[in-house]
Amino acid sequence: MLSRLVLRAAPAALRSLPPPVTVGVLHATRPLHTSKQHLAPLPPLPEKGGEVRHGLIPEEFFQFLYPKTGVTGPYMLGTGLILYFLSKEIYVVNHETVAAVCILSILIYGIKKFGPDVAAFADKLNEEKLAKAQAVKNESIEGLEAAIEQEKKEQWRVEGRSYLFDAKRNNIAMLLEANYRERLLTVYNEVKKRLDYQVAMQNLKRQKEQDHMIQWVEKSVVQSITPQQQKESIAKCILDLKALSKTAQ
Amino acid sequence: GPLLERRLMDVRLRELPLWVTTRDFSPQALLRGAQRAWDSYYNKYINVKKGGPAGVSMLLAGYCFLSYAWNYQHIKRYRWRKYH
Repeated sequence: MLSRLVLRAAPAALRSLPPPVTVGVLHATRPLHTSKQHLAPLPPLPEKGGEVRHGLIPEEFFQFLYPKTGVTGPYMLGTGLILYFLSKEIYVVNHETVAAVCILSILIYGIKKFGPDVAAFADKLNEEKLAKAQAVKNESIEGLEAAIEQEKKEQWRVEGRSYLFDAKRNNIAMLLEANYRERLLTVYNEVKKRLDYQVAMQNLKRQKEQDHMIQWVEKSVVQSITPQQQKESIAKCILDLKALSKTAQ
Repeated sequence: GPLLERRLMDVRLRELPLWVTTRDFSPQALLRGAQRAWDSYYNKYINVKKGGPAGVSMLLAGYCFLSYAWNYQHIKRYRWRKYH
């Protein structure tokens, strides 16, 4: 759990274990691109780290001693070593021992009590980061799938091309037909106008001739009536009228 | 296999001095070895999804042990008894 916080906080500080003076040498001699390229996504991090007992001794040590000494072997070894160091004063008990005991007890108490909560918090932060990345990935996948659907629909629409062109051809044919008929009508009207003109001309001419002839005949008739003929006709008319008036009475 | 390519744990005890002479002790090789050791430790105990106190506590314990060892000559003067 501490390692989770360390991992988040300062990985760079932990990675720079080689002394900084020789960093240049390290970069110059590190072989590049020697392993085959990993084109697939990186393998995920292992879930749990290597097993460690009591937070200090890796499990491999216990497994190493198990065939020869059984389960209690390493503990006997540890106890013997501690007693040996204390009795021969290879480890000297002084003020630092007291300080170490106090610090260690507080540390262990703190870890035991608050460890799971801190671990859950760090896990939650990691989950949020992962969820965000996943959301981005899912969104882009959904966007691409929608684009695929659109594309399929467009392909389906392409099949209706023939109907579209038929309709367009019909439209154009109708336009042409309408235009042709319009022009036909215009031609008909023009021709009719000209023919009407000719007909009207002929009628007019005949009428004028008739009128002129009638007028001329009337004029010559009127001229031919002499004054004596006029008197005779008037006297005849009066006699006729008298006769009529007598028969009427 | 040939002696040169075997790792330390696969070398028999009687071949150990010969094996040590075949190793490359130039500074670059030492640095590479140190980097590889750190990388294997890091990837085993720290670079995991659910680590624990173990990864860092082993480093701290190692630090305490090393500093005690380097100061041993000075601490030896503060023994409680002269004869053990």
